[in-house]
Amino acid sequence: MSGKPVVSVRTYALVFAALLVLTALTTAVAFVGEGLREMAALAIAVCKAVLVILYFMHVRYSDRLTWVFVGAGFFWLLILIGGTMDDVLTRPMLSPEAANITTQPR
Amino acid sequence: MSKVETFRQHHFEDVEQQHEASWLGMWVFLATEVMFFGGMFLCYFVYRHWYLQAFAAASNHLDIWLGAINTAVLICSSFTMAMAVYSAEIDRPKPLVRYLILTIVLGLVFLGIKLFEYHSKFEEHLVPGASFKFEESLAQPAEIFFSLYFAMTGMHAVHMIVGIGLLTALIVKARRGRFSAAYHTPVELTGLYWHFVDIVWIFLFPMLYLIGRHS
Repeated sequence: MSGKPVVSVRTYALVFAALLVLTALTTAVAFVGEGLREMAALAIAVCKAVLVILYFMHVRYSDRLTWVFVGAGFFWLLILIGGTMDDVLTRPMLSPEAANITTQPR
Repeated sequence: MSKVETFRQHHFEDVEQQHEASWLGMWVFLATEVMFFGGMFLCYFVYRHWYLQAFAAASNHLDIWLGAINTAVLICSSFTMAMAVYSAEIDRPKPLVRYLILTIVLGLVFLGIKLFEYHSKFEEHLVPGASFKFEESLAQPAEIFFSLYFAMTGMHAVHMIVGIGLLTALIVKARRGRFSAAYHTPVELTGLYWHFVDIVWIFLFPMLYLIGRHS
């Protein structure tokens, strides 16, 4: 409140440069890196998101209550995706017919 | 003191409490936005698991370079937005207005490129509906991919347009000298919103453009 900036221009510039480098990297990995590129692309996206949240969105310098609010949002996202994919990915193990129904183009 | 008090609403004890309420309220809203986009992301993961081959084939019809350029444009706009908040924090109204304008311009560049991409999808008959054309055996699941593509990038674009509206309102207020180092909560919260929309694209880019690619 006293006119003191939360994050320095230098930090913003470094994060900005890192985000651009990661974008170039994830694009390059799409052309090579057969097999591992899916995980690489998602891992790089998570890194970029974390950089934006911590520095551009000031969460790194915020109080714990803010961390709880931010964490809750992503925790529920994890339940949504994790819980559903848990069913989708394991269903073929229980019944091969169930797998066939969904993998055939209708 | 009196200047500080002019922006304090009567139901808050002090300006710190008022700021914290706004800040946390914004994060609650962003958590609902995570859930909103999360539903579409989940839909994408499930259908991609079921129709991996069709999703890879359909993904190859997207222009990876336009996607990458747009990612860079959006990251630049997040940087200018961060600098706008910084300018407000150090009480510099002129750079604040300049950075806000720059953020809008970059947002419009992003939307322009997106519009160009949508246009070419119409020409290539890749828009789901009666005139959708795709390799026969994969046509139906490919149509699902493009439905998700338009739903996700479309909702993202709507958020960008809302963001540009908010930035425009900030410019008007900033030019009237409404913001200072002591009070710039709307600039800060619009920044959070803009960065959130950037994060959504940070995930949409690899999921739609990169992951299914055959090199």
